[in-house]
Amino acid sequence: MNHIAYVTAAYLGSALAIAGLALWILLDQRARKRELKELEARGVRRRAQRTDTTS
Amino acid sequence: MKRRRTSAATGRIANRAKQRYLPIMNQPPKQTRLMALANPTRFLSLADRLVPWLGALSLAVLVVGLYLAFTAPEDYQQGITVRIMYIHVPFAWIAMFCYSLMAASALGTLVWKHPLADVSLKAAAPIGAVFTALALFTGSVWGKPMWGTWWVWDARLTSVFVLFLMYLGIVALTRAMDDPARSARAAAILTLVGFINIPIIKFSVDWWNTLHQPASVFRLDGPTIHASLLWPLLVCALGFTLLFLTLHLMAMRAEVWRRRVAAMRRLSARAADLRPAGVRAG
Repeated sequence: MNHIAYVTAAYLGSALAIAGLALWILLDQRARKRELKELEARGVRRRAQRTDTTS
Repeated sequence: MKRRRTSAATGRIANRAKQRYLPIMNQPPKQTRLMALANPTRFLSLADRLVPWLGALSLAVLVVGLYLAFTAPEDYQQGITVRIMYIHVPFAWIAMFCYSLMAASALGTLVWKHPLADVSLKAAAPIGAVFTALALFTGSVWGKPMWGTWWVWDARLTSVFVLFLMYLGIVALTRAMDDPARSARAAAILTLVGFINIPIIKFSVDWWNTLHQPASVFRLDGPTIHASLLWPLLVCALGFTLLFLTLHLMAMRAEVWRRRVAAMRRLSARAADLRPAGVRAG
């Protein structure tokens, strides 16, 4: 294994791990946003939202 | 006469004090203003505005940093493998920076009961775990051609491995309980106890005889790396730090939303329980 292979492995592995982490966070965000929208569509409101609408 | 003069002087002093301090007394206390800044809704609107700019800036700085890294001269002894330094060192710094940020958040949870402190701690833990794993992985891949071994149980490598285990433990603990308020205190205490490892990692190369080299950037007598290698390293470190902050803000935003969803589900279930049986059936 020559030295270029070590450098390539380090950069490729790191790029994959960081891309995976970013993708996981993005998918998590999207799922939570969808859940929030579904609950709001069903008319469920948080306490703070209720206070906002009543005041 | 003397007494009258004294009372007039006292009145004047009182008036002056009132003029000086009344505006301050009418303001909300400093802590209240800080707590207002920590309002999750305010945080969400700030994160919405910051994330795209921070993400774009981190990518731009990383592109410049990696370009500088690949056009920098090779090391006279290590040859091309020195290019691994431009990712390995920032990953190791971020691994420690992230844990320090979590320790500050833990203090925020335990001392000030800051509403976003636990959100910050929980969101940072998996990101820190990934960066620590990458520091270990790239170090190992760099170690094989330079040291002749993938791994050695020296003080620096072992203490960073302990940091990785700490991260995994905190990730598990923050997700072990349904109620975030219950896990927040336990995770904060564990994080603060584990913070003792950060100075151990930093000074392990000075306190013990290690295969890992001693510090070469943050030293009292200045960096020992040539400027042609140091500048690309610093630009890469800045780019990865900005990327970490972007990911952390995004993860915090997702965590705030997760808690809102949980709160709304609880409220919805409670409302369904309180409804009369006939209404429920209909």
